[in-house]
Amino acid sequence: MNPAALPQGVEYIRILPEILLTLAGMAIMLLDPLLDGPGSRKTLGAIGLVGAIAAFFATIFQAHYPGPGFWGMINVDSFSVFFHIVVTAVTTVVILTSYEYMEVQQIRAGEYYGLILFGAVGMCLMSSAVELVLIFIALEISSIATYILAGFRRRAAISSESSIKYFLLGSFATAFFLYGIALMFGATGSTSITAIGHALQMRQPPVLAYLAIALMLVGLGFKVAAAPFHIWTPDVYEGAPAPIVGFMSTGPKAAVFAVLLRILFEAHAPGTLWLIWVIAALSMTLGNVGALVQDNVKRLLAYSSIAHAGYLLVAFAALPDNGIPAVMFYTASYAAMNVGAFAVISHFASAGERYVTLEDYAGLGRRSPILAAALTVFLLSLIGIPVTGGFFAKFYVFSAALQAHLVGLVIIGVVNSAIGAYYYLRVIVMMYMKEPREEVMVSPIPFGLGAALAISVIATIYLGVLPGRVLEFATKSASELLR
Amino acid sequence: MNSLDSSILSLVTFIPLAGALLLTVLPRRDRDIKIWALLFSIAAFFASLHLPVHLHRGQPGFQYEINIPWIPTPNIHYHMGADGISVWLVVLTTFLTPLCVLISWNSIHDRVKEFFILLLMLETALIGVFVALDLFLFYFFWEATLIPMALLIGVYGHGRRVYAAVKFFMYTMIASVFMLAAILWLYAKVGSFDFVTIQNAIQSGQIPGFAAAGPWLFLGFFVAFAVKVPLFPVHTWLPDAHVEAPTAGSVLLAGVLLKMGTYGMLRFNLGLFPEQSRQNANWIMVLALIGIIYGALVAMVQPNMKKLIAYSSISHLGFVVLGIFSFTQLGLDGAMYVMLAHGISTGGLFMLAGILYERRHTYEISEFGGLATPMPNYSAFFLFITLASVGLPLLNGFIGEFLVLSGAFRDRPIYGILGATGVIWSACYLLWMYQRVFFGKVTHDVNTHLPDLSMREKVALWPAAAMALIMGVAPLIWLNAIDPAVSTVLAPFAQLTSKVVGQ
Repeated sequence: MNPAALPQGVEYIRILPEILLTLAGMAIMLLDPLLDGPGSRKTLGAIGLVGAIAAFFATIFQAHYPGPGFWGMINVDSFSVFFHIVVTAVTTVVILTSYEYMEVQQIRAGEYYGLILFGAVGMCLMSSAVELVLIFIALEISSIATYILAGFRRRAAISSESSIKYFLLGSFATAFFLYGIALMFGATGSTSITAIGHALQMRQPPVLAYLAIALMLVGLGFKVAAAPFHIWTPDVYEGAPAPIVGFMSTGPKAAVFAVLLRILFEAHAPGTLWLIWVIAALSMTLGNVGALVQDNVKRLLAYSSIAHAGYLLVAFAALPDNGIPAVMFYTASYAAMNVGAFAVISHFASAGERYVTLEDYAGLGRRSPILAAALTVFLLSLIGIPVTGGFFAKFYVFSAALQAHLVGLVIIGVVNSAIGAYYYLRVIVMMYMKEPREEVMVSPIPFGLGAALAISVIATIYLGVLPGRVLEFATKSASELLR
Repeated sequence: MNSLDSSILSLVTFIPLAGALLLTVLPRRDRDIKIWALLFSIAAFFASLHLPVHLHRGQPGFQYEINIPWIPTPNIHYHMGADGISVWLVVLTTFLTPLCVLISWNSIHDRVKEFFILLLMLETALIGVFVALDLFLFYFFWEATLIPMALLIGVYGHGRRVYAAVKFFMYTMIASVFMLAAILWLYAKVGSFDFVTIQNAIQSGQIPGFAAAGPWLFLGFFVAFAVKVPLFPVHTWLPDAHVEAPTAGSVLLAGVLLKMGTYGMLRFNLGLFPEQSRQNANWIMVLALIGIIYGALVAMVQPNMKKLIAYSSISHLGFVVLGIFSFTQLGLDGAMYVMLAHGISTGGLFMLAGILYERRHTYEISEFGGLATPMPNYSAFFLFITLASVGLPLLNGFIGEFLVLSGAFRDRPIYGILGATGVIWSACYLLWMYQRVFFGKVTHDVNTHLPDLSMREKVALWPAAAMALIMGVAPLIWLNAIDPAVSTVLAPFAQLTSKVVGQ
């Protein structure tokens, strides 16, 4: 490949979703000062929505033009398309949720929607990047956007705390990742994942490579909130605006898992099995045990997300040809149910996020049957009850692990799922079986939120009733990745 | 062959679900909701009658089969089928559900729409459990029964309903995880979830590592079923769930949900693991006997009518387990018959208890006394159902218990003798309760003006009473279909015995 040659037209198609997201984000930034008055939030939100939906369809269009681009820095394959779809769909749902949230919380919109889109650019790029430096840049794009978004409830001190904490610890973690990249370059002489894969397979990997992988795992483990790098999660989730929590617990997570899959399987990273084993077991256990004693719903879901990172990592310990599809399916169904759960939470929280404790949810089943029913679907899916995506997600992960003879890990996982059922049930019990302390009026569901909930519920149920097509697609991507 | 044959099982299973979906879009006019729920449950009942009517009774194997691929990876099929065993359990479910709708007509005031949606969803899941022939599909329906039942208890129950609902949920959930693990192991080795395929693979001895894993797999399934039955000592969720559940919940819980456990033992423990069943039969039968006697003794001292009936269920279900693990034709026929009879008579008893609760808002036996005077019709129905439950000859309870005991006697005389005491116990506690509630003088003034049965209540009770009588005098209608299916289940045991004898 001639490095001097300019990218061809088709290569621009391979980053078309990113281009569209960036354009919409820049349009929001430019229009923000020009628009004023109460209508501006709506207009800017609409631009964001259009951008996200356009990126979604661009991804589907892009799927017909697979291949490398930009001097081998990105590669569009079914794998990247899968994660693009997850990320853009999550972005769409989050923007739909934010629409009403911004009004209620009286937050100046402006760069809010822009940052969501820029964050999505980073996440999309992470899933198609096959070059470590580009992955690092994409990770930073997505992280910096989420750091700022976490602090968007300016009037609440807890939100600023969340933002600062996330920023400081997050930068620290990315430094680990960067150090890992540097060591990997030292060990193999390249930052391209394919080249690294060749180099590591050719001969016995040098000690430096093991160290590099360990450092990268620390950085990425932080991003997906895997134990023991999970300490930040509850505080950050508690303080950040609810729709943003839905965003950052699903979008960046999916993207980082995509990166992990590429590094571990496409680059044939050595010696990770036991590392992953321990991280998975710890995350599941600490996440579930921590969630048992939470009274704040956002904190509860924060611990639950730690636990789910653990379940996902179980599949990383499995063999690649079963493990990769299991991971992909899990991220998709986790995205659907978690972003939906936070949509419900952000609507119910009301002005200033007043109602976020478990007691506030008492009697929600009577006060707002639709919200309660939707949240019930998401929680049942998080438990892993049949007919929901969460069931097949766990199913694929555990059966992949069983096929790799990881019986111990599966037992830990299964016991953990049983523990997990308890605290999710507590929320359902509250909603349907307890009487409210005070009669809190739940405002009617606006159109945007209704659409967001409908998308998430349909996706959750679809993955639970007809998982075949999605899994087939994931299996196909896995085989392309392993080729 | 009938053109309906391949679709009838799906039809029966999903008519209630269609009803539930219709209810979600209906406006909240309680009366309309109830009428629609009743219509759909009756429709499901009549559809389900097709099954026993067109069943080819001598033919071994499953009938009305439908087998279409559902999910390519893992290889899951939408595979349903019925034999003489499952057909009657399906009909029992569809028979009891309309009665549940009728009995809940006035007792549910709040969130009526949700109540009937849950009830119909529960019916679909229950039917699905009995007809699923793909282990995955079975597990799917098995878990799906959990949520509507837990919500019925937790939302519409009495005092400690939340505790009871969560206990019910956690017990079943944790136990079924073991079954899921066993199912996954089988899938990993056989590459299919299909019941018949797995059965053949096991019988031909093709599965590597089965000899070592077999006992564990047997236990995995058994634990899930034993909790559901419930077998002593994992029975403690049942009294709580029953006492707190609304009447319709209790009727379906005792009438059908418990049978999921015994059906599972019959179909999966015996069907897939004959050898392991044989090896484990002794301690299981001992547990069943403990359940029969312990359940009866605890029932005897209950001050609460509903708790008494709940403990009597533990005792009666002990008979079923005893019959199943006797591995005799008589014992299994009897076990099946006890399941059906218990569904009718205990369902009836719970309905009657619920009727009394609607009037007095208590289940305490000491609150009543001399009710025969103000409520003559009610006491007549109560007596009839009580006698059916006790096992009076010519009523439904007798046939099953007699068959089970003769089967158990054949297996080991001591089991038969000990089990037979259970029949005496049940006469003691039920008749004693009857005496305390209905005979003597009216002890509480409020009871003097209790209204007798209304027309709606009579309509709900008559079918149950009539069925108790028909099942008692014409058992062959049922046994005709049950018997061949049971001998199919027992076929591998005959080989097993002859192998042992031959050695």
